[in-house]
Amino acid sequence: MHNSTAPEFVISASNLTKKYGDFVAVDGISFDVPPGEAFGLLGPNGAGKSTTMKMIGGVSQRTGGDLTIMGLDPEQHGPEVRAHLGVVPQQDNLDEELKVRDNLLVYGRYFGLPMSYLQPKADELLEFAQLSDKGKARVDALSGGMKRRLTIARSLINDPKILLLDEPTTGLDPQARHILWDRLFRLKEAGVTLILTTHYMDEAEQLCDRLIVVDKGRIMAEGSPAALIREHSTREVLELRFGSDRNATVGAELEGIGERLETLPDRVLIYAHDGEAALEQITARGLRPITSLVRRSSLEDVFLRLTGRSLVD
Amino acid sequence: MTQVLASNMSIEPSRRFLGSLYSGNVRAVFSRGVKATWGTNWAIMVSGFVEPVLYLIAMGIGLGSLVGEIAGPGGEPIAYAAYIAPALLAVSAMNGAVYDSTWNVFFKLNFAKLYEGMLYTSLGPLDVALGEILLALLRGAMYATGFTAVMGVMGLITSPWALLMIPASVVIAFGFASFGMAITSYMKTFQQMDWINFVMLPMFLFSATFYPLSVYPEPIQWFIQALPLWHGVELLRQLNVGVFGPDTLLHIVYFLVMILLGLVLTTFRLRKLFLK
Repeated sequence: MHNSTAPEFVISASNLTKKYGDFVAVDGISFDVPPGEAFGLLGPNGAGKSTTMKMIGGVSQRTGGDLTIMGLDPEQHGPEVRAHLGVVPQQDNLDEELKVRDNLLVYGRYFGLPMSYLQPKADELLEFAQLSDKGKARVDALSGGMKRRLTIARSLINDPKILLLDEPTTGLDPQARHILWDRLFRLKEAGVTLILTTHYMDEAEQLCDRLIVVDKGRIMAEGSPAALIREHSTREVLELRFGSDRNATVGAELEGIGERLETLPDRVLIYAHDGEAALEQITARGLRPITSLVRRSSLEDVFLRLTGRSLVD
Repeated sequence: MTQVLASNMSIEPSRRFLGSLYSGNVRAVFSRGVKATWGTNWAIMVSGFVEPVLYLIAMGIGLGSLVGEIAGPGGEPIAYAAYIAPALLAVSAMNGAVYDSTWNVFFKLNFAKLYEGMLYTSLGPLDVALGEILLALLRGAMYATGFTAVMGVMGLITSPWALLMIPASVVIAFGFASFGMAITSYMKTFQQMDWINFVMLPMFLFSATFYPLSVYPEPIQWFIQALPLWHGVELLRQLNVGVFGPDTLLHIVYFLVMILLGLVLTTFRLRKLFLK
């Protein structure tokens, strides 16, 4: 029997749309994710990232477009699709009435998995999450980082092929973030497809093979972190401070240096392929910035360029 | 080779009835509840059993010594305590079921985010609803058994039919639980939740619990007879003495309809809440 649905993508979204009344949360986005990829959704608050994640999990019904997860529509086949998904929601929703290890076992039972499988699996995951000695602890006795690791461990109880992570490290201290990144990297090496939303650019650069930048429900850019920086920013950025009162007026005197100039209230940014050379040009014009800094362009520059600097609520 | 990849990366759809709403795994939700309750809430469990017993002692024995005997379902006189005991059993079935399906569900729905987590697994909304209702029924069955035993010890049981009060209490609890859960799904704030108590307390006091329906003028009698608790009280009262009439069947049918309507509404609401 020939299986015509043999998908080369584990997730396929085309023209995916979600409206809440008049408000358009997701406005016709399309993307495909091949197996084993770490795929990121970047965007400011309210860009539609979490809504997209919910539609992938089949817990939010789309208003329009097509979506298949491993060949099935999650709306029609929610339970079967979710059997292969692991979900780490934005806010931990651990079962506070159960002990740490029971959280894993009971969650596994929701998938209909047998205890003979779950017992050793729970121990394995506790070790993976560095919580082996906390198995009998109460959930509310755990620190924020531990709860997050337990949530991730829980999401792996069914050996998911796809792991959905909605802002996995928001609110964690640097140590906890690095431990989490390490764990996620191991999963990626094991062939798990990672779908990740974040607004930490360093996180996206660390973890994602490819990402889309989303704003107001639309895709603004798509590519690998390096390709996006190449395409939307320069190699280096020169940051100059002339003092708050002078930054704005000095802008005119900097015309023509670098590829692009951006004047902010506290500093002036010059996007250039060679930052040191740009700085020399500036001093040659007789300008004396209070401080100057040359750095590599980051995903953050791309992000701010694409989604703007004004606050979105 | 393509076949191997295909079987790895695509899923076989199931052809289950109610596909995205139900996965046939009510047991997992139920046993989670048992585990959680045994772990943390057993004190609340015990208090739920003690409460009707206290009422029975205070009203039945205390007040009963002033009242003396009163006409039972068949017309023959029975002790006042034996008259109100089945009514208190019905009230406790109602209270337990309503607590479990309203406050408890409200909290899990809005604060603990428990259902959100469950619904990101293979479970469907109907699995969750049925599991939670079954849990409420288990609790109701335990209370009913305990209370019936107390009645027996106090000598308030005169017929072997009285044993059927236990399953009948579960049916009453089922009606209130399935309806309560549906109503809770509309609630957004604590103030709205208070309305539930506002309805429950008068229903408890006035559903012919402590005195016969005949004390009311006819229009009020009709109103009371439309309420579910009155049907529960009457059903258990008849079972306690083993005297039945055509209205016995009516009481049972009342609850069967209530259960069915409640389940349909709950499933519809959960779908709306969680698959929005």
